[in-house]
Amino acid sequence: MELTPVSYIRWIPALPLIGAVLNGFAGAGIQRRFGERGIAILACAPVLLAFAISVQAFLHLLSLEPESRFLLDRVAGWIDIGTMKADIAFLVDPLSCVMILVITGIGGLIHIYATGYMHGDQAFWRFFAFLNLFTFAMLTLVLGDNLLVMFVGWEGVGLCSFALIGFWWTDHKNTSAGNKAFIVNRVGDFGFLLGIFLIFWSLDSQGHGALAFRDIQHHAGSIADMHFWGWPVATLATLFLFVGATGKSAQIPLYVWLPDAMQGPTPVSALIHAATMVTAGVYMIARMNFLFAMAPETLAVVAGIGAATAFFAATIGLVQNDIKRVLAYSTVSQLGYMFIAMGVGAWTAGVFHLVTHDFFKACLFLGSGSVIHGMSNEQDMRKMGGLRTKMPITFWTFLIATLAIAGTPLTAGFFSKDEILWKAWSSEYGSPVLWVIGVAGAGMTACYMFRQVFMTFFGECRADPEVQDHIHESPFAMTMPLVVLAAGSLLVGFLGVPEFLGGSNHFHAWLAPVFEHGAHGGAHHGHHDVAMEWTLMMISVAVAATGVFIAYLFYFRQSFSAARVAAIGGGGPYTLLLNKYYVDEIYNFVVIGGTLLISRFLAWFDGAIVDGIVNATAAITRRVSAFNGMFDNRVVDALVNLLANRTYALGTRLRHVQTGGINAYLYVIVGAVTVVLLARLM
Amino acid sequence: MDHVLSWMVFLPLLGAAVILCLPSSAHNLIKQTALAFTLPPLLLGINLFQSFDRGAEGFQYVVRAPWIASYNIDYFVGVDGISISMVLLTVLLCPICILASWGINKAVKGYFALFLLLDVGMTGVFVALDFFLFYIFWEVMLLPMYFLIGIWGGPRKEYAAIKFFLYTLAGSVLMLVAMLYLYFSADPHTFDMVKLMALSGSYSQDPVFLGLTTQHLLWLALFIGFAIKIPAFPFHTWLPDAHVEAPTAISVILAGVLLKMGTYGILRINYGMLPEATADFAFWFLAVLGTWNIIYGALCAMAQTDLKKLVAYSSISHMGYVMLGMSAFTPQGINGAVLQMFNHGTVTAMLFLLVGVIYDRAHHRDINGFGGLAGVMPVYTGVTALAFFAAMGLPGLSAFISEVLVLLGAWQAYPGLTIIAASAVVLTAGYMLWTMQRVWLGPTNEKYVGLSEINARELATLVPLGVIVVVLGVYPHAVLDLINTSLLKLNDVVLSAASTAVALR
Repeated sequence: MELTPVSYIRWIPALPLIGAVLNGFAGAGIQRRFGERGIAILACAPVLLAFAISVQAFLHLLSLEPESRFLLDRVAGWIDIGTMKADIAFLVDPLSCVMILVITGIGGLIHIYATGYMHGDQAFWRFFAFLNLFTFAMLTLVLGDNLLVMFVGWEGVGLCSFALIGFWWTDHKNTSAGNKAFIVNRVGDFGFLLGIFLIFWSLDSQGHGALAFRDIQHHAGSIADMHFWGWPVATLATLFLFVGATGKSAQIPLYVWLPDAMQGPTPVSALIHAATMVTAGVYMIARMNFLFAMAPETLAVVAGIGAATAFFAATIGLVQNDIKRVLAYSTVSQLGYMFIAMGVGAWTAGVFHLVTHDFFKACLFLGSGSVIHGMSNEQDMRKMGGLRTKMPITFWTFLIATLAIAGTPLTAGFFSKDEILWKAWSSEYGSPVLWVIGVAGAGMTACYMFRQVFMTFFGECRADPEVQDHIHESPFAMTMPLVVLAAGSLLVGFLGVPEFLGGSNHFHAWLAPVFEHGAHGGAHHGHHDVAMEWTLMMISVAVAATGVFIAYLFYFRQSFSAARVAAIGGGGPYTLLLNKYYVDEIYNFVVIGGTLLISRFLAWFDGAIVDGIVNATAAITRRVSAFNGMFDNRVVDALVNLLANRTYALGTRLRHVQTGGINAYLYVIVGAVTVVLLARLM
Repeated sequence: MDHVLSWMVFLPLLGAAVILCLPSSAHNLIKQTALAFTLPPLLLGINLFQSFDRGAEGFQYVVRAPWIASYNIDYFVGVDGISISMVLLTVLLCPICILASWGINKAVKGYFALFLLLDVGMTGVFVALDFFLFYIFWEVMLLPMYFLIGIWGGPRKEYAAIKFFLYTLAGSVLMLVAMLYLYFSADPHTFDMVKLMALSGSYSQDPVFLGLTTQHLLWLALFIGFAIKIPAFPFHTWLPDAHVEAPTAISVILAGVLLKMGTYGILRINYGMLPEATADFAFWFLAVLGTWNIIYGALCAMAQTDLKKLVAYSSISHMGYVMLGMSAFTPQGINGAVLQMFNHGTVTAMLFLLVGVIYDRAHHRDINGFGGLAGVMPVYTGVTALAFFAAMGLPGLSAFISEVLVLLGAWQAYPGLTIIAASAVVLTAGYMLWTMQRVWLGPTNEKYVGLSEINARELATLVPLGVIVVVLGVYPHAVLDLINTSLLKLNDVVLSAASTAVALR
């Protein structure tokens, strides 16, 4: 493995950071002076420039031999204490190269889109400052050469997500959603941190304490047989890391923040909560693939959680009425597919789905934003309908992206999802159960996505008349990105056409240098069953088609009434789904309620008991001193006084002896002498 | 330059004397004089920062002169890596606090004279190398603090001031006893800290009381004295009261500098002079108690409705990291601990200053009594967000580095405790964000639409700290390089004492 040192990679994250700083500190003034256009240029230009540099980096990689495609830009030292050393350094390899192309490319499109979507907002500048800051953080996350720099990006995207979800902060609904996103993500970050610690110290005990990915990879073998608290280190460490991944990538049990995150402006949902940040967990596992490959137990957990999430979120998606919430659950579900891929060791397939999903999901979100924009901020699909003719570009691009996510043959989603399903079946870590769940989820995906298309774009418009009057197609800044993304949804799949369909899977070849350790599915284990692969593919396409057909019957032909299905079982199952299995309520009650209860108890304990003892000590001391004072007064001093009084009284009595008369004294003296003499004589 | 430390300590004293000669009605002149006598120490501090030899073990800028010769007491000052970071923090915060006190208009002369006297005590504690001198400075600090809280404080100022005074005094008495014991057990008798550290191996290992050796008992006496200052559970309840009643600048000094004296004292005296006992007690009294501080402080903070009390409890939580980090005896842990002392000083100072800004305008601090301040005071809100996220340990800001070093360092020694301690990242985010939401976000409270934006003077107190918070997040070695050499040596002292003790048993 050969590294090529370079010094231009730093500009990829630095440019958006500069944009963020300028817009953040001078944005209000710029907006006043030069209007939105000034802000827009200041925000979009750095991202587009970063895209250009990313392309340059891609070409640079292409010019190198596949096994030495690593560009390292070491900017400066950062932390160097004991054996712990972390540099500020950025690494471009085939994997991070894919990510930066997507982040700056799709991110650039979303920036342009947002200049149209956010038009007229007072805090236009603040929006773009955070959008740029987000881009910086996300690029840092994927380019980071070591776990700590990655963690900077990891929490940085969380911060920006928080700030952008709560962008319209005067409404507590939005700020609460932002808080929820940040805090739930912090639970994941907690796991991530523990993973870092365990990996570092395990390697350190073998004399190789390291945080840089390639050093960890290089020495990973040395901890293969190590145990910690009875667990194999690789298993425990990857489980910790996976907790981090479930937070960022919205998997069970930490997915709850993502649907609420839809409170943010729609470009934010597209960029952060569909295309980039939520894929960070998948990326992190791909980055640490060598360690996950050492931990089959973890892989089983990853695949299981992924499959459960894919299925579970899809069921919720079936009944939601908010256009963005459907897409949110769809995102959770699609991320589940990526984790299935990770869990069966099909790293390439997972990353491939990440890329194709970025295109069609960004397109869907931006399309929904275009709809919301045209419908005067209406998000309820029950009040939409018939938009096909009024918003043709939005409609066609949305339809294409829907076809892609539903897995229509030859679209991007088809190739990537099919590859995951095949690997779920055939990989050494796979199982038919995973495949069945995956196919069922795919059927539901097709169903709820077409339900959305039918409810939004077909039939009669159900909006209020005054809203209807204002429905319009969105401006060019918004439709242009839609068209590009729709084209991508159709075409990017051809980067990874599987071999059995006569393709050469460029994507696989491109990532091969990064993923030496994965399970490569049946293909590389000598029993590649082409007939089986065809069969499975046909089944999954048929299931998806069925899903579309059901949506068609219910929401287009209206042959059946959805309301009657909803009433099955007394409406219980439907209510359960509509309320998202009450997970939010359970979490609110148990986790938040529990924490607040403990917190209030401890605050009471602190004031009443701990401080109570302090105050009681003071009070007791005061009492003791008061008693002491009283004792002093009434006993000690009284004794003194008593003695004095007695002495005085005695003196008073004795005073009578002292008459002052010489005669009397003489009598006494004579008398006494007489007595003494008599006594002597006797 | 030889006497740079003495200048830094005694210039404020000169300032106090000058202020006492000024007419008490000349408010502005008094304030300007106070500022004029705290800025030179800051400049000297910057100079010290540049010229300090980072690779050298032992003390630098040492000045030594006989003081009370018959008892072998010297005027003996100097700095090593541990103390220089604290001296820098002190000289940085003092002028900032003078600026933050600009609004004081009750008994101005007394306030600023006392403040400068406090400054003398604080700087003195960190540079003193003679235990007697250390003790004098320690006590010098106590009295002005008592009056600053008791006269210029809030409604329950007398209670808070007396509580602070008595609590700290109780600790001082224990320290005095231990100090005298150390003095008399040295032959010839000495208060010289460097000599006392060198004598650390000479104490008897025989149990004298309940199975504890002399060293153990001395350690405990000193520890309680310092734990009160940190403040460690259960000796912490004076802190929220003192903070709530103290004027803003005094809260800043209290949290920014005074709390550090507890952990500084433990490192300088307990670690340096009683290493065997340190090794024996580190787990229970530093690691476990530190972890408990972290979690307990965070949970208590979550329940508060007074903004200042919330920050006070968050201080208790954040000081727990210092205890946990220093208890692990790993390079990362102990470096993280001292870096955390510095970072907590800047971040918490910002938080108290920010609370002061809003208190000056709204005259209350009830978290539930605000709402939507972001619309009224956007710049103020931006600075607050920086400070809050710094307190949450957001990567890229200073406190992240120290907390991650502490936790990483502690993992090596106590993984179970580290897991518990690390869970505070969630709790901290919880109470910080919840507070932000209630005070700064949401619909604007009609009562406060007329509040004025943060002014230039207030910004001048906050911006330097904000810049430091950002710079140290990216370039932590600005401080780490100062402290690393001394701390590694201190680690070795304890570790080798521990292994010798084990070998002897």
